[in-house]
Amino acid sequence: MTEIFGIPTQAFMGQLLIGLINGSFYALLSLGLAVIFGLLNIINFTHGAQYMMGAFVAWFLLNKTGMGYWWALLVAPIAVGIVGVIIERTMLKQLYKLDHLYGLLLTFGLALIIQGLFRNEYGSSGLPYSIPSQLAGGQNLGFMFLPNYRAWVIVFSLVVCFSTWFVIEKTKLGSYLRAATENPELVRAFGINVPRMITLTYGFGVGLAALAGVMAAPIYSVNPLMGENLIIVVFAVVVIGGMGSIMGSIVTGFGLGVIEGLTKVFYPEASNTVIFIVMAIVLAIRPAGLFGTQK
Amino acid sequence: MVFRKLAIAAAVAMAMATAAHAQISDGVIKIGVMNDQSSLYADISGPGGVAAAKMAVEDFGAAKKGMKVEIISADHQNKPEVGSSIARQWYDVDKVDVIVDVPTSSVALAINQVTREKGKAFLVSGAASSDLTGKACSPNTIHWTYDTWMLAHGTGSAIVGTGKKSWFFITADYAFGHALERDTEEVVVKSGGKVLGKVRHPLNAQDFSSFLLQAQSSKAQVIGLANAGGDTINSIKQASEFGIVKGGQSLAGMLVFISDIHALGLQTAQGLIFTETFYWDRNDASRAFAKRFAPQYKGNMPTMVQAGIYSAVLHYLKAVEAGKTDDGTKVIAKMKEMPTDDPLFGKGRIRADGRKIHDAYLVEVKKPSESKGPWDYYKILATIPADKAFRPENEGGCELVAKK
Repeated sequence: MTEIFGIPTQAFMGQLLIGLINGSFYALLSLGLAVIFGLLNIINFTHGAQYMMGAFVAWFLLNKTGMGYWWALLVAPIAVGIVGVIIERTMLKQLYKLDHLYGLLLTFGLALIIQGLFRNEYGSSGLPYSIPSQLAGGQNLGFMFLPNYRAWVIVFSLVVCFSTWFVIEKTKLGSYLRAATENPELVRAFGINVPRMITLTYGFGVGLAALAGVMAAPIYSVNPLMGENLIIVVFAVVVIGGMGSIMGSIVTGFGLGVIEGLTKVFYPEASNTVIFIVMAIVLAIRPAGLFGTQK
Repeated sequence: MVFRKLAIAAAVAMAMATAAHAQISDGVIKIGVMNDQSSLYADISGPGGVAAAKMAVEDFGAAKKGMKVEIISADHQNKPEVGSSIARQWYDVDKVDVIVDVPTSSVALAINQVTREKGKAFLVSGAASSDLTGKACSPNTIHWTYDTWMLAHGTGSAIVGTGKKSWFFITADYAFGHALERDTEEVVVKSGGKVLGKVRHPLNAQDFSSFLLQAQSSKAQVIGLANAGGDTINSIKQASEFGIVKGGQSLAGMLVFISDIHALGLQTAQGLIFTETFYWDRNDASRAFAKRFAPQYKGNMPTMVQAGIYSAVLHYLKAVEAGKTDDGTKVIAKMKEMPTDDPLFGKGRIRADGRKIHDAYLVEVKKPSESKGPWDYYKILATIPADKAFRPENEGGCELVAKK
């Protein structure tokens, strides 16, 4: 059997694929963060909690109203997005003129409160959520068994990531958004309602987090703490990709998923630190991140 | 005159009271429950563990007996340095007499050391490492509920006994995981099996697919999960996604709690075999306890760790009453001297190495069709008698035993 770095090719391929799957969660989450930071200049530390809320909304829909996974994919991002809009309107709005640090403190505090409330109510072990029956089972690829659901996660998150990139970088709506961050007064002079656009953008970024939460629900248990550890990793992804760069966060998300996956084979003990090692190296060489531009 | 008589009476009464409680430091028995209150092990003991300790104080009837007992609690965040600094603060400043529970073996081993230095008492329910009554044993520590040796022999022997002899371990990378893996490997090898490989994951990992894939390609018949709480839940859930059991490999959860099964759901958890020392639905006494416990912690049934806290605190208070002292080393000695008896674990005793022994139960998780509803999860397959369930006293390498 052929080998790569001392492990069989088959196992190597399997790990690459697993890395991509995890990378798709990193990409989806860091995308939301990048959109929010790029367009609002807010470092959204509530993102992990909003991801968790997405998973909980899916669980509520299933257990209280009988609505399944597919509906949850639509409803949860909207519901959590609305919560995001309320947070933006009532709290974040007050902070735009101040330093980044205030937004970070506010969102961090909110994350702690939200997670604490959910933990108090639902404990720390999590709640069961099954894979939708249409996506149960899996394919034997020869080198590994690929659960259908995980294949779906990769495909769906690629579609979401690239559509988001397309909308922001290539459409008229996206150009309004980007213009509004560069020079809000001028854009307002053209008769565009800038504050509403910003509110909706925050809602959209939060919705992306909730969407990732729904997708994660069948894989990880629906757990009040599911976003707590992830948020730190995802921030590292955003920093490596370049704060605010949309393409950067997508590419880095998938790339770091793969690097982390391979670390789990070669030196599993380091698998939760490898991303931070990469971050340190990137910051030393390119302080603005791989895809960032120095302002 | 009347006033003088009263004053004398009061003085005499006070003197008598002091005599009766001569050895209770500051007149209060202070119990510190320390565990994971907020993370992956919080449902195993956590706030429910504190509730169990309070129930023990109530059932002991401390107030009626004129003993003042106070319970405080803290979150060690699964970090040994946090745990030992809380322990020092508790012992030195807050006058805590005994620390109870402490899941997460690395933290428990640290507090084991601090307690010994300070001459206080330490009753372990949540931590698993068998080293607590082996090479790290202490005259100030009692290991109450279960340990890695017991889990390894209970579950390991049962599975090897079915003819499945090649193993692969997925192990939590810290003191507990290492001890559980070591003790299980010993059982597997001793009964003619072999270990094909092992992988160590960081505590509180979310994604196990990579480790499961390695286990799958090892072609081992059994994948042993030497982890706990949230880590076990995610391992089992994702193993089912990757078709591990359908592919002919078996999963062996080396340490599984009823709260894990509740989180997994029977659909995913059915058929798992593991060892517990307490099941709420075993007899009338355990059911009565569970019925009182549930409303105090989100309607959950007690785990074996929470039951262990109740049982340990109850016996501790009996020993304080009998020995008329709350001096750590003396109470622990008294506890070892007195036979244990409580509604949850029945009659038992504490050995010289600090190991509390009682029966253990090999259980199998029911199919969804066999369960009458939430928390009706186990079938008891076998009872392992107390003297067989735990490591023989002379094999642990505990200095307290060697001295005899």
